[in-house]
Amino acid sequence: MASLRDIKSRITSTKKTKQITKAMQMVSAAKLNRAEMNAKSFVPYMEKIQEVVGSIANGSSGGSHPMLESREVKKTGYVVITSDRGLAGAYNSSVLRHVYRTINERHNSTDEYAIIVAGKVGLSFFKKRGMPVVESIVGLSDQPAFADIKDIASRTVGMFEDGAFDELYLYYNHYVSAIQQDLTERKLLPLTDIETGGGKSLASYEYEPSEEEILETLLPQYAESLIYGALLDAKAAEHASRMTAMRSATDNADDLIGDLTLSYNRARQASITQELTEIVSGAAALE
Amino acid sequence: MNTLKVSVVTPDGPVYEGEAELVSVKAKSGELGILPGHIPLVAPLTINAVRFKNGADTHLLAVSGGFVEVRPKQVTILAESAELPSDIDVERARAAKERAEQRLDQAKQDNVDFKRAELALKRAINRLDLAGK
Repeated sequence: MASLRDIKSRITSTKKTKQITKAMQMVSAAKLNRAEMNAKSFVPYMEKIQEVVGSIANGSSGGSHPMLESREVKKTGYVVITSDRGLAGAYNSSVLRHVYRTINERHNSTDEYAIIVAGKVGLSFFKKRGMPVVESIVGLSDQPAFADIKDIASRTVGMFEDGAFDELYLYYNHYVSAIQQDLTERKLLPLTDIETGGGKSLASYEYEPSEEEILETLLPQYAESLIYGALLDAKAAEHASRMTAMRSATDNADDLIGDLTLSYNRARQASITQELTEIVSGAAALE
Repeated sequence: MNTLKVSVVTPDGPVYEGEAELVSVKAKSGELGILPGHIPLVAPLTINAVRFKNGADTHLLAVSGGFVEVRPKQVTILAESAELPSDIDVERARAAKERAEQRLDQAKQDNVDFKRAELALKRAINRLDLAGK
């Protein structure tokens, strides 16, 4: 059995760890609230832009644009959203594992794909495995503004337009609730399945100056906002995931402290009993 | 007097909601004045100020990178960024203007950087113009 002092020091260290995990849990809870609000304030923009894109893309005149048409796939782009910091449970590993497996199944050589990654964890994961990372964002704030990611989003969309790759997939954790985050795979480009907002009757618009020119500005903006939306969603999921991970860490620390306190008390009692027996037997020997 | 419902939304959230008798925007094809009862229309906007007029009140907004969606009773502006004059960070805009000007001096005409710097300069000037009013 461990000595009294050993047990005591383990209890203190576990208590300290518990304080840290508890603090992290509360910080994540606060950040989750903010991230949820950000994701919510993005919704009206997304709905509106989707409505307009949908009504143009499904319009009778059928405006065409390279971003709407599927072409032969020579190279595939993958946008992967991870976090900068760990300690978020399975948040990063589930995304990375899935992407890694998918890429290995689909491609035989590194020339066939390129990766755009957000977050340090993902960046080092792909670098370590020698996979081609063409763009990356690290050190993104917990409440990213659109301006922060505008550059990389428009470069990514630009690469598709230039033909650097012929399709673009997006991988991230979708925030469902504080205890559930779903891994999401989404085909971003070409825009083949545009939701039209529940199929309600759409106004037919006049286009000024022309449909093609509207698509020219509208579609890149739409694709960029899809990336931004995914990022906000992923941020909320990250905080939720970290909060859950830290809560279970705190609970585990509580259990551990309980067990240790029990064995500490047992050891203490045992040593007292032993001392008493020694005293009594010593006194008995003198009689 | 009839009014239009006006809303300006950006990826960072709604910026402005209100009523207006006249909405004046600068589209790529030229200035556009929108009154209630306009036919449905979509037009891309230039980096410029948008004016909302309601009675004696006129509201101004610095808008960059977006388009306007018009319906008979409603005008929606979808922009990458939009700011009320009171929200404009003058210091930042001025710094951005200088940076953009420097870059314009160095970069070559047909360069991608040149175009980006040009856009940044436009945005900065637009913001400074509005904040000064």
